[in-house]
Amino acid sequence: MSIAVKTGRITKSMRALAIVSVTLVAAFPFVWMLLASFKHNVQISDVSQSFVFSPTLDNYVSVLETNNYFQYFVNSLTVSLGATIASLVLGVPAAWAIAKFSMARLNTMVLLARIIPAVTLLVPWYLLFSKLEMVGGYPALILSHVFICMPLIMWIMTGFFASLPAELDEAGRIDGLSEFGTFLHISLPLSVPGIATGSILAIIFSWNNFLFSLVLADTSTLTLPVAIYQFMSYAGIDWGGLMAAASVMTLPIIVFGLFAQRYVVAGLTAGATKG
Amino acid sequence: MIRALRMNRTKLIMITPAVLVIVALIAFPIIYTVQLSFTEGLGSGQAFSLDNYRAVLSDTGRFWPAVLRTVIFTVGALVLQLVLGIGTALLLRRPFRGHNAVKTILILPLVTSPVAVASIWLLMLEPNLGIVNEVLGWFQIAPQGWLKDPGQAFPTLILLDIWQFTPLIVLITLAGLSGLPEEVEEAAVVDGANYLQRTRHVTLPLLRNTIVVAAVLRGVDAMKTFDIIYATVGPGGGGGHTAETLNVYVYGLSFDYIEIGKAAVALIAFFIMVLAVALLIIRRAARE
Repeated sequence: MSIAVKTGRITKSMRALAIVSVTLVAAFPFVWMLLASFKHNVQISDVSQSFVFSPTLDNYVSVLETNNYFQYFVNSLTVSLGATIASLVLGVPAAWAIAKFSMARLNTMVLLARIIPAVTLLVPWYLLFSKLEMVGGYPALILSHVFICMPLIMWIMTGFFASLPAELDEAGRIDGLSEFGTFLHISLPLSVPGIATGSILAIIFSWNNFLFSLVLADTSTLTLPVAIYQFMSYAGIDWGGLMAAASVMTLPIIVFGLFAQRYVVAGLTAGATKG
Repeated sequence: MIRALRMNRTKLIMITPAVLVIVALIAFPIIYTVQLSFTEGLGSGQAFSLDNYRAVLSDTGRFWPAVLRTVIFTVGALVLQLVLGIGTALLLRRPFRGHNAVKTILILPLVTSPVAVASIWLLMLEPNLGIVNEVLGWFQIAPQGWLKDPGQAFPTLILLDIWQFTPLIVLITLAGLSGLPEEVEEAAVVDGANYLQRTRHVTLPLLRNTIVVAAVLRGVDAMKTFDIIYATVGPGGGGGHTAETLNVYVYGLSFDYIEIGKAAVALIAFFIMVLAVALLIIRRAARE
């Protein structure tokens, strides 16, 4: 017998209405952003042209050509990919060791890195990086983003490695593999889905980060969120341009997120649904 | 013995780089912050002083209101997100046509940068040309100032946080629901429990752990909200600091006013607050 009880037509249509409303509320702002990015500012303020209007590419042209957003796009890509790769190299072996030798204290440390307010770190980082003359350069930015990516990857990977059956490692040991060999030849090949989940989430979070670049970037290494912030804080906002800039930043990550939907959900819900 | 040693060495080699980076990125800044909180300012090399603590803790103009606002923001956003999120998850639990499409759409706010979210809502909530006031006008509701009105900015920001992060609670709850054994609920149906009774007495208690972990993660993140506040109302929490939370206050002290010593005190207070809330919820959940 199924749990689903027979429902009347009224409850059924109420449920449908509720689902449609929730979906609309979530999706509408993105639709509005996209529409506005193809409008002149006169059209944006004219309700009669909300949905039917003659689209223009002027905003995109001005944002990408005049306002250097292509450079910011490349900066964002460099920083988020750099930080994710560095975090994988450092974090995955560490997560494996934590999981296999159940080091609870280190696991707590990873969690601490997840809950600590980032501003706590920024002043000392800024002082340190200026002493080393690294402020404004990619290395300092990437290092700061490792703070976002590595705990995330370690959190997801520790859970993933812990769920792999221990017998596999034992079999590897019997076949003469070293500890590190079992990691390299047995655990790592099996952990591709976990690594995908961790990397995708790390890239997304790093791509979206605002605070670190706000302090540590200069005009040549500016990432997209800070560039958009500067656009917004002008006295009179060019709304069409702003929406084009926001679309340039948002669309790639949305496409990426949709493409990797399964992994995104797995990463976002990791840890919450176990035990 | 040799094997144990070798295992130890492997373990060390695998863990050390990550630990070093975490220590360098986190432990050093925290220790340095504590030290800064007791000194006059940068490079002054002065002796131990409690002046910063006195100054910040007696600041009833900005520090304490910011603390209060942080609490209101966190509790308000979290409670509403939990109620709406769990409700929506129950709504979406049983498959229907377009089920996956709806779940996909719910991911969008979560993968979007808060700064982009800020820019979209700034346009939609713009008092004169925004679509939201326009729609309210159709129902004869007077136009609101939203983010542009110092009195309304703070509650509006809570609404935006709810818009962006309720989907996270939905996804986590849905994942939790999919792991529940069907038999228990079927037994409740056999016992004649109606939908509300089953949800209240069977489904939600089974989801307890999932909901607690979701609440801790979201609550801690809500306390740390910075991007969207800074991007919409600007430095200092806008005119009259009416939307200034602790995070925005601390950022301003550090980078706009360069009051590093005072900033350090406020940072320590902030850090303790976040840690205490996380521990409190986890402890309570563990006890029950």
